[in-house]
Amino acid sequence: MDIHEYQAKEILQSFGVTIPRGGIVYSPETAENKAREIGGSKWVVKAQIHSGARGKAGGVIVCNSPLEVAQATDKLLGKKLVTNQTGPEGKIVNRIYIEEATDIEKELYLGLVFDRASESIMVVASTEGGMSVEEIAKEKPESIIRSKIEVAVGIQSFQARELAFGLGIEPELIRRASETIIGCAKAFSELDATMVEVNPLVISKQKQILALDCKMSFDNNAMFRRDKVSELRDKTQEDEKEVYASDRGLNYVSLEGNIGNIINGAGLAMASMDMIKLAGGEPANFLDVGGGATPEKIVKAFRLITMDKKVKVILVNIFAGINRCDWVAEGIVQALEKIKIEVPLVIRLAGTNVEKGNKILRDSKLNYIEANTLEDAANKAVAALNK
Amino acid sequence: MAVIIEKNTKILIQGFTGKMGTFHAEEMIKYGSNVVGGVTPGKGGQKHLDRPVFNTVKDAVQQTGATASILFVPPAFAADSAMEAADAGIKTCVAIVDGIPSHDMIRIKRYMRRYSRNEKMTLVGPNCAGIISPGKSMLGIMPGHIYKEGRVGIISRSGTLGYEAAEQMKNLGIGISTSVGIGGDPINGSSFRDIIEKFETDDETDAILMIGEIGGPQEVAAGEFARENMKKPVIGYIAGLTAPKGRVMGHAGAIVSAYGESAIEKVEILKECGVTISKNPSVMGDTVKSVLEKM
Repeated sequence: MDIHEYQAKEILQSFGVTIPRGGIVYSPETAENKAREIGGSKWVVKAQIHSGARGKAGGVIVCNSPLEVAQATDKLLGKKLVTNQTGPEGKIVNRIYIEEATDIEKELYLGLVFDRASESIMVVASTEGGMSVEEIAKEKPESIIRSKIEVAVGIQSFQARELAFGLGIEPELIRRASETIIGCAKAFSELDATMVEVNPLVISKQKQILALDCKMSFDNNAMFRRDKVSELRDKTQEDEKEVYASDRGLNYVSLEGNIGNIINGAGLAMASMDMIKLAGGEPANFLDVGGGATPEKIVKAFRLITMDKKVKVILVNIFAGINRCDWVAEGIVQALEKIKIEVPLVIRLAGTNVEKGNKILRDSKLNYIEANTLEDAANKAVAALNK
Repeated sequence: MAVIIEKNTKILIQGFTGKMGTFHAEEMIKYGSNVVGGVTPGKGGQKHLDRPVFNTVKDAVQQTGATASILFVPPAFAADSAMEAADAGIKTCVAIVDGIPSHDMIRIKRYMRRYSRNEKMTLVGPNCAGIISPGKSMLGIMPGHIYKEGRVGIISRSGTLGYEAAEQMKNLGIGISTSVGIGGDPINGSSFRDIIEKFETDDETDAILMIGEIGGPQEVAAGEFARENMKKPVIGYIAGLTAPKGRVMGHAGAIVSAYGESAIEKVEILKECGVTISKNPSVMGDTVKSVLEKM
């Protein structure tokens, strides 16, 4: 789960990280006042969407008066911002964060992630703040320093100091820098985060260490014990169909193609998408109805796929194990009595009682194309598309 | 001797009396697995499926001599149950459950470091289908009958894609020594490399099919291990050619976030390691067949 910049900043502040003064607004009318409240003579108006690279997309505006702040807020609110991370449809701006401008002396990078190779938490830092970590890794890999956190004891002061000195921070600021690193590490561990990124972490001309932009992501599997974090979810930043799916216990990812698919199991779903591609088609989605493929889940899956107007063919691929093909077939037949499908439908069943399952489908009034193997299913789906 | 589990391996069901635990315990018993009892805290002393229920894994191990367990415990309590199994002396623990927080998985792995190599439990999963040695024992939730007895080992992240492979092989007359589902989570109990190493020394396995997917370094680590240390042929398939970068594809671990984690990159690296690649998921069985014919 992702959250907004301002939410991440509030969290990190509560762990001892210093952030510039700022406030959130939802309308241009309140923006002018908010700017006065924050004080100073220069402000940054930042569109809050779940994406990085907002600056390049015009989502960050520097203002020199409260009136300009109001105008910038008016310009951004309600707009769809397209960045290199949002996809072509962009993301809607419903919240604006107004922040006092910072006199930047130096920009650094600080990130924390799970390192899957060492199965621990890794702190990644660099002197090249402001660029994405991918860009840093490509262009200035020698600037990256890492430190592994032993989860049993948490981050140690010496580790934070080593990182701070490694970043070339001047001695009188080492203590604040270490506290900042330790704060981020504690937030990561204590809130079930999967990513904390402060980019840039800046040293201001006034010798303050400030988190200028922050990003946090959290483990969806841990939200049951993170009430406060889960309240920060903003569904307006997620794909409408993906929200529909996650509310109904389906694993769904919306894609660009036009062959909709309904599969049981994540691996088989990815494999089926690959087959569609190899057959010359493009999948419209990833959809895993769960290993069990219960009739209820299949009904929900058909409803979801038919919501997607770009779908021109539907491919169902179910490997029935303990749940049996005949039972799955009955589920499909029942589902399609409730939901009308106007595009060609290809069904491939495999596994337990596959003959019985196919017989149920053939004997039903269902208008569909039967397929036997994964390859056959993908070829038939692509052929149906071209008809 | 089969790898990891044997015909008579004594098995405990953790979360025995729940709906999932009951259903799959019955399936395992039907398959012929030696289920000796189960654990449900607070229900010790009762009988369930004609087998004793214990309050703690320690009690159960002491009284039944069980060496393996399978977890049907809700995700919030699963880490605790896995550590309980490790502490009670269980040698193989399969965690079926999907949804264990990653921070919990890291804690489990650190906790298990307190045991010496010989005493250490093999944790398989979470978010997996479990282990089956066809004709011997099933410590999992797979449909047992699709697995023919034979001499090829399977390691798969995905459950249903592993079934797909087993069925393709069965249709070609190829049997399986053991199939291990290692699960789709980013941090898991056993990696591809951990299991492939066991298969290399297993005298009932001639070749290994490794079914991986996007995300994480484990497929590549196993490939590198195979190149350096293995004599048995390895066949591989990587799912997720069409998966967009930075998106989680169903499995929590199926996300491309670094170099070498996409399907194309993994395939290239595995090829360099001498792994025979199944060019698509429809020919996993055929690819295994062609490798076996050359042996």
